[in-house]
Amino acid sequence: MALLPKSPKARRRLYVVAAIAPVLAVAVGLSLYAMRDAVVFFYGPSQAQTQHVPPGRVVRLGGLVEQGSVVRHGDVVTFAVTDKVATTKVTYRGDLPDLFREGQGVVAQGAFDASGAFTATQVLAKHDETYMPREVADALKANGEWRGAGAPKTAYAGVR
Amino acid sequence: MIAELGAFALLLALCLSAAQAGLSAAGRGLNSPLLRGAGEGAAAAAFGAVAIAFAALTVAFVTSDFSVANVAANSHTDKPLLYKVAGVWGSHEGSLLLWCLCLTGFGAAVALLGRGLPAGLKSLTVASQGALGVLFLAFAVFASNPFLRLDPAPLQGRSLNPLLQDPALAFHPPFLYGGYVGFSIVFSFAIAALIEGRVDAAWARWVRPWTLAAWSLLTVGIALGAFWAYYELGWGGWWFWDPVENASFMPWLVGAALLHSAIVTEKRGALPGWTVFLALAAFTFSMLGAFLVRSGVLTSVHAFAVDPARGVLLLGILGVAAGAGFALFAWRAPSFAPGGVFAPVSRESTLVLNNVFLSAATATVLLGTLYPLIVEAVRGDAVSVGAPYFNLTFVPLIAAALVILPAGPLLAWKRGDLKGVLQRLWAAAGLALLASVAAYALYDPKKAFAALGVGLGVWLIAGALVEVAERAKLGRVSGAEAWRRLKGLPRGAWGMTLAHVGLGVFVLGACTETAWKVEAAETLALGQTMRAGAYELKLEQASSVDGPNYLAERGVLVATKGGREVCRPEPERRFYPAGRQTTSEVALCFRGLSDLYVVLGERRATEAGEPAWLVRAYWNPWARLIFLGPLLMAIGGAISLSDRRLRLAAVRKAAPAAKVEAAA
Repeated sequence: MALLPKSPKARRRLYVVAAIAPVLAVAVGLSLYAMRDAVVFFYGPSQAQTQHVPPGRVVRLGGLVEQGSVVRHGDVVTFAVTDKVATTKVTYRGDLPDLFREGQGVVAQGAFDASGAFTATQVLAKHDETYMPREVADALKANGEWRGAGAPKTAYAGVR
Repeated sequence: MIAELGAFALLLALCLSAAQAGLSAAGRGLNSPLLRGAGEGAAAAAFGAVAIAFAALTVAFVTSDFSVANVAANSHTDKPLLYKVAGVWGSHEGSLLLWCLCLTGFGAAVALLGRGLPAGLKSLTVASQGALGVLFLAFAVFASNPFLRLDPAPLQGRSLNPLLQDPALAFHPPFLYGGYVGFSIVFSFAIAALIEGRVDAAWARWVRPWTLAAWSLLTVGIALGAFWAYYELGWGGWWFWDPVENASFMPWLVGAALLHSAIVTEKRGALPGWTVFLALAAFTFSMLGAFLVRSGVLTSVHAFAVDPARGVLLLGILGVAAGAGFALFAWRAPSFAPGGVFAPVSRESTLVLNNVFLSAATATVLLGTLYPLIVEAVRGDAVSVGAPYFNLTFVPLIAAALVILPAGPLLAWKRGDLKGVLQRLWAAAGLALLASVAAYALYDPKKAFAALGVGLGVWLIAGALVEVAERAKLGRVSGAEAWRRLKGLPRGAWGMTLAHVGLGVFVLGACTETAWKVEAAETLALGQTMRAGAYELKLEQASSVDGPNYLAERGVLVATKGGREVCRPEPERRFYPAGRQTTSEVALCFRGLSDLYVVLGERRATEAGEPAWLVRAYWNPWARLIFLGPLLMAIGGAISLSDRRLRLAAVRKAAPAAKVEAAA
């Protein structure tokens, strides 16, 4: 309200308040309501094991695709995501993104089942071959497995 | 040599921008036409210098001069010429140079074209634009210089990311930046108005064409980006509520709000403070977008050329520019003369309501985009906010705004006749209801919300057409008279109609495509078939193809509907050796407004050991409308811009001329 010009005409101000207040209330209400369900938490494999993510809850799992772990049976692909401390097995039905490769960072969205296996509904592609999702970089750093020179690599040849 | 010339020109542009800011401000302070003129000259010269730097970098890319680090990192001798040129703005450094080119370009445009502007307002605008130029050019020169040399020079470059080697994406950044940075001049107008302490109808009339130009460019830029995501990424999606997409969408929303509030300020002298606030906010969101995209603080699938260290510098620039702007606003805005009074039922109050909804919608997008940062700062958890949040918050708010939209242009200024307007809109309302019911009845599966969305799209289109018909008094006067009236309508009115129709077209396409698209994926050996919607696809052959800088596997399929062949999609799976990347080249079959969308996946083997390919096919009903709608909006903006009353140089004297034209 302070953003609007001060008018001597209280009536107009009242109209404006009457117009803004319900919209604002609806916006705030919807945001709060939507935030409860729409927020997806991110875990690395070792965090996911220690923090006991409830089965069935939609989360994102990130780390490196373990070398030699990618196995295809028809439409179903299984691979292992690792942060070098713990490893989680991921099952995914469908076509993997073009840039999915062993040894590289990956973010999978899906849910754990009761046995601790992860079923992904979505495997996120990254468009830039030098780009590492920040959560993956942070998770790897937290486990002392970060191999970059202090910071994520830049896309700048002189530095790279 | 050419790189040194470019580096020199860039440094020169920095000095000229500083001169532009200093001379113009001094010219205003001392009221000296000489200093003012010198400031304007410096603005033009700064643009010239950046243009030379930009040309130098382009030459370095076209000639594949790999001794320039930026060229070596982003180009390759085998790349087609278009993508060598597009590589200029494909990197952090190059895109910042493009940003500076637009920034100084808009400054020079105001300096050279703004003849009718009040002298003080013009000088301060040019000075503010110069100050922004100093900030960004200093960043370009000292932290992001595209002309650094490599010694020894490599024999071959690392090439541009293959996903970016695409016509839609080659032109996406220039349009996007034209829009982003176009808001800088609006920002400068706001700063000038705050210093002058005057926001009146004349100021709003000056701001509108610039806002319109920036907003139209941004519309095209976002649509091109969405179209690229649609067919290049091979997921069949066009909007993911990804932070990078939101970063471009927020300035667009604020720009749309500004366009409408500036009309109220121009016609009724009301809302001066709010219009100035939006003018400041639009460029602030542009800078926020640049920071979010370039710094990588938020995880995005579209992150290119990310550099956290320099992202912090961008945050610094954002803080300085926006901080100064809003501090000035807080200091000066309370002294603005309050605007006129208006009745609750009037065109201006629908425009206010439009602004309320657009601002609330922008706020929800901002919250959703920054929420992961907030949570991480407060609790240390890494989270992401996805499409469900935005569907629940943004969509209802914007839908409410769209429901009231057709009534706005029909209401009169000051005191409107709501009953009369509703009577005139009953035909549109009936049509919309009919469309909803038809969509619910005909489409399978039945989706109530999507059917309502279809109705909303029809409501917008029909409502806009009703407004034109009303202006022409169609049906109430003779056909010839109505035609004469239609021809006499100002281009601004046509522009508005087209933009609103475009919005309706977009809503129609977005709802239909999202709700009723059909997805199918199957592993096909040669000769095998699959179904996607009403279509049957048969993999006829697969072959290897050599491209200029890639190797590809091309599948040839035959699509039939009811036994009749309708098209032969030829999707490719390309491998770019330079970056060791694989991309999918989607095949699109245009079926009227809908698309049959075919992607060739990995090669696999059948159980018998024969080669087979994973083929994914989508039936995307009315997907064309999603991109046609924004195009109509941008064309509407361009038509409005060509209106005499808004033309950049002729502001005041235009009214009689327009009448003459109408009579002729």
